[in-house]
Amino acid sequence: MIGELAIGVAAGMVAGLLGVGGGVLFVPGLVLFAGLSQHQAEATSLLAIVPVAIVGTYRQDRYGNVQRADALVLGLLSVAGAAGGVALANALSGAVLRDAFAALMVLVAAQLVHRTLRPAAAGAPLSEPSSTPGFSGDPDALD
Amino acid sequence: MAAEQPPGRLLRLAVIGTLAGVFSGLFGVGGGTVIVPLLMLWLAYGERSATATSLAAIIFIASFAAAVQGLYGNVHVLDAALIGIPAIGGVLLGTWLQQRLEQGVIALLFAAVLVASAVELVLR
Repeated sequence: MIGELAIGVAAGMVAGLLGVGGGVLFVPGLVLFAGLSQHQAEATSLLAIVPVAIVGTYRQDRYGNVQRADALVLGLLSVAGAAGGVALANALSGAVLRDAFAALMVLVAAQLVHRTLRPAAAGAPLSEPSSTPGFSGDPDALD
Repeated sequence: MAAEQPPGRLLRLAVIGTLAGVFSGLFGVGGGTVIVPLLMLWLAYGERSATATSLAAIIFIASFAAAVQGLYGNVHVLDAALIGIPAIGGVLLGTWLQQRLEQGVIALLFAAVLVASAVELVLR
């Protein structure tokens, strides 16, 4: 009970800070503290993510950070992609694919670090694209 | 803003959305871990807008996937509530904190979570 509460709060913080669902903490939390199997934990984590994503999006939208049209395109296409992914998972050998995906994630992480730590190059938009007004809200405007 | 899309932008968005879906369908990891870095690296999104837009897209993916898993009887609703309700408090705190952090810090934290997820995926 206390374990679920603590990991829930932590997962929510990660979701809010990093824009991920929080499954990275929900899944191990549900295995550890609720005694679910890995498979049940992954499924249950998806339901827990929904209200977190809704509330997080609502807050971020008030701050002016949500690109609504883009989110709609991403969301709808990813639903279609997920259906394809489930089909692929049944057709292909998982282990090789999984290792390849993990390697890709590390590569992307390295690129993110490189992009963040390099000295700001002229003309390269490091943070906000200038074409979108009101992109990053003033954090103090709301509170 | 839809009127002034530079060419290729919509295509990139479409690729990112599809990839995010495929990987979450394949491995149960995907969603945000794909969307956030690709929005930053391909579409020059800032950290805050990338993570915010990703959360909005995740509403769609997670709702759909949870519904499908629910049909298979894999979802434990009470446990989802036990862990999900405190997480709502967490996400309020996280978004609040995020507005006050350097954007570079967010990117570096994100890179760390990516590496951790990769390790978890390989060891699973």
